[in-house]
Amino acid sequence: MPSPFILDRSSVTQVMAWVLAALLPGVAAYVWLFGPGILVTLALATVTALAAEAAMLKARGYPAKPFLTDLSAIVTAWLLALSLPALAPWWLIVTGTLFAIVVAKHLYGGLGQNIFNPAMVGYAVLIVSFPVQMTQWSGPLALTETPLTLAQSATVIFGGDVPKTTLDAVTMATPLDALRTGLLQQLTVDEIMTQPIFSQFGGVGFEWLAAAFLLGGLLLWALRIISWQVPLAFLAGIWLAAGFLHFFDAGRFGAPWFHLFAPSVMLGAFFIATDPVSGATTPRGKLIFGFGAGLLTIIIRTWGGYPDGVAFAILLMNLSVPLIDQYTQPRVYGTSGRGKEPPA
Amino acid sequence: MSRKLFKFKGGVHLSEHKAESNARPLHAAPLPGKLVIPLRQHIGNPAKPVVEVGERVLKGQMIGAADGYISAAVHASSSGIVTAIGPAAVPHISGLPDLCITIETDGRDEWIAHAPLDYQAMAAADLRMKLRDMGIAGLGGAVFPSAVKLDPGAAHSCPTLIINGGECEPWITCDDMLMRNRAGEILQGVAVMRHLLGSTEILVGIEDNKPEAIAAMQAAAQSLDFAVEVVAVPAIYPAGGAKQMIETLTGKQVPSGKLSTDIGIQVFNVGTAYALACAVHHGEPLISRLVTVTGHVLRPQNFEVLIGTPMHTLITLAGERDDSTGALMGGPMMGMPMPDLEVPVVKATNCILVKSNALFPPLPKALPCIRCTRCADVCPAELQPQELFRFAKTGDFGRAQEYHLFDCIECGCCSYVCPSHIPLVDFYRYAKSEIWAREKEKRAADLARERHEFREFRLAREKKEKAEKLAAKAQAARTQAGLDQAKRAELPAAPAPELATAPSDADAKKALIAAALARAQAKKAEVAPKNTDHLLPATQREIEEIEARRAKIHELARQPLESEEKKP
Ligand code: SF4
Ligand code: SF4
Repeated sequence: MPSPFILDRSSVTQVMAWVLAALLPGVAAYVWLFGPGILVTLALATVTALAAEAAMLKARGYPAKPFLTDLSAIVTAWLLALSLPALAPWWLIVTGTLFAIVVAKHLYGGLGQNIFNPAMVGYAVLIVSFPVQMTQWSGPLALTETPLTLAQSATVIFGGDVPKTTLDAVTMATPLDALRTGLLQQLTVDEIMTQPIFSQFGGVGFEWLAAAFLLGGLLLWALRIISWQVPLAFLAGIWLAAGFLHFFDAGRFGAPWFHLFAPSVMLGAFFIATDPVSGATTPRGKLIFGFGAGLLTIIIRTWGGYPDGVAFAILLMNLSVPLIDQYTQPRVYGTSGRGKEPPA
Repeated sequence: MSRKLFKFKGGVHLSEHKAESNARPLHAAPLPGKLVIPLRQHIGNPAKPVVEVGERVLKGQMIGAADGYISAAVHASSSGIVTAIGPAAVPHISGLPDLCITIETDGRDEWIAHAPLDYQAMAAADLRMKLRDMGIAGLGGAVFPSAVKLDPGAAHSCPTLIINGGECEPWITCDDMLMRNRAGEILQGVAVMRHLLGSTEILVGIEDNKPEAIAAMQAAAQSLDFAVEVVAVPAIYPAGGAKQMIETLTGKQVPSGKLSTDIGIQVFNVGTAYALACAVHHGEPLISRLVTVTGHVLRPQNFEVLIGTPMHTLITLAGERDDSTGALMGGPMMGMPMPDLEVPVVKATNCILVKSNALFPPLPKALPCIRCTRCADVCPAELQPQELFRFAKTGDFGRAQEYHLFDCIECGCCSYVCPSHIPLVDFYRYAKSEIWAREKEKRAADLARERHEFREFRLAREKKEKAEKLAAKAQAARTQAGLDQAKRAELPAAPAPELATAPSDADAKKALIAAALARAQAKKAEVAPKNTDHLLPATQREIEEIEARRAKIHELARQPLESEEKKP
């Protein structure tokens, strides 16, 4: 064995464990603000992901242990679960997770090889295929009179019998959905914002969930698990694009802080766009990658066919990574220009 | 007196493990019964043996003469009888035996006649030649012949002289101990360097985790008749790398593919300065050095060791312990594993680090790269190690070179931080040796083609000449003089001296041949792969051993990701 003979204590497992730990404030806020249903979703996604990972490793002839214990499958599962509506039916969760692990991860070559972020592939497949089920959001507890218990949530998710009135009482459109629907009805942003789901900042409850994700993200940054470039550029992209539109027509475009304080944005900026495998690697590349994702998010939210654009924005930027990396190679020690002159 | 320091990019903080070995006083290792002295201990041409088996040699006697400009002599470290001249195990990564001179010592330790050099009175070129013949080479690890580095060349002077006391690798303390104990002598050596290089600014860079060494050097610097600035630099690996030391102290980067002298800076290790002082002030060639023996031994410490001493005698001296798992020459970041402990201490041996599973647990299995770019964050060469790894792994050596593979200093920072535990540096060594091997093959092919082209050219030429001769005969009466003149005019100007004497047909042919060769050579130079040229002849040694290394490295490089990743 040649040098070096010593290693830092870091490992892929440790990196992934910190990512999971940093998601915990978000999970806690979710339970606090929206009820315990998310725990069922998380558990189901985790089990599915581990099973799919084990099966795929076996099929591809890899040892299960080092790869199952690297925790990357669980990270994917959690990111997908946290992006799904809390009361999404079980088969939706399972389908999305399977797609993420089997197709987006293993068919692309497994850990480290996937071009696209697996969780976002799972999400995109679901929202394209099952747009209706993807709106089963439970509203914030602050706005529901009789919130679901953990058992009731599980019953809903596993398709058990729950009185329709009970269910109707807890599901409601997300602020982004409401904005979109309202705009389609020719209402102005100000008129839409008078609905009870909206608060000062973003959506009731949603803004605090976003804040909890932000907190976890800052933890990852403090631990140097993620770099500052991607989240900052992502948030800047959202802020500038939304601010630009809002400045020109405040009646038709939501305010930048409203766009910024959506949970999907904070989750995307700190946990998903920062996925090293599918993201850009150079410092300038990370800025471009994050900014582009932020910009595209607003474009898709505004003109696209879906209320939220984070997933598609990140997937589109994933696609541009080889190009971004190639053209943003940093200066190498002792050279005057960029490390790599792009081929003519 | 505080100098503005600069921060080089990257680097890692390592546990120092210096206290283990620098607490005990420095001891001279006893004279071993047998000395094995490799003829190739430096970069460049190996020395040529100048003694014979059975001959009695004296301590300090030259037994291998320098061969060419980039070379250095080797000497008997003690008196005794030459018992063998032939291949023996040497400390080298290839694990291949190399030509050595074995001396059975007679215990008398009898010196050959030697006298100090009056270096100030000598012509610079003579002094350098003398130093080459006294075997002085860089003791910081690279073992480049010092005489070459002490030649300011066309610039006539090298304004900045940096003495490197960085010693940033964990466990190693030989430079620390040398500075603590022999600061005055080191600076005497520095005076010689200054004399040869015409330097006006002299900086000694020492990592700030060696306060005793800094104090000793500062005290010694007081009594000099020229200014030496002893600077404490932040301890961060690899602060002791020459390029990093230069950047820390001056803020300048050595341009890629150039030498530090191109920006007016020369760097020497403190040990080299000490060896130089011994050579000049005592007339003693380089026959001993300080060696740290540490790690899994009972009494880690530093010894003054005769070159050629078998490593295991030092380990025994320091107290061998059970269940060691081999030894490294050098530190844990850049050191190389020793094939066996019979190998001798050479000029490059700064440390013998005995391993154990407790101190150096076997490295965990590698996982695939997750592109986290931690490696890029710590790379002092400012490379993108993850990309180099990708190219090296897939055999895309061209891209690897475009991404400046040859600017990698093999410091190991990237491997150290990689959460996937990929032995990245292995892949770079493998890629480099593959590229050298290919280049060598290409050169051989070029040579063959050149010979072929030349033959074709010669045949065509001869045919043409025959025809010309016939024509000339026919027209001899009328145009002889004119024809000669025209022919002369069409000759290329290159080998002018030959033509100037007596332009005969044979000379003309020779000239044309020479011109054709020169053209072919120029063409070859043009197509030579980029950014490897400056490594020669520094890497000549490597190139020669490639065939042997290749299989080994290949296996190493493949092993972690194929056999370990997949089910056994
Ligand atoms: S540190 Fe290791 S895993 Fe991370 S990018 Fe570099 S090579 Fe890949
Ligand atoms: S070994 Fe090479 S690539 Fe790795 S950190 Fe050192 S200089 Fe950079």
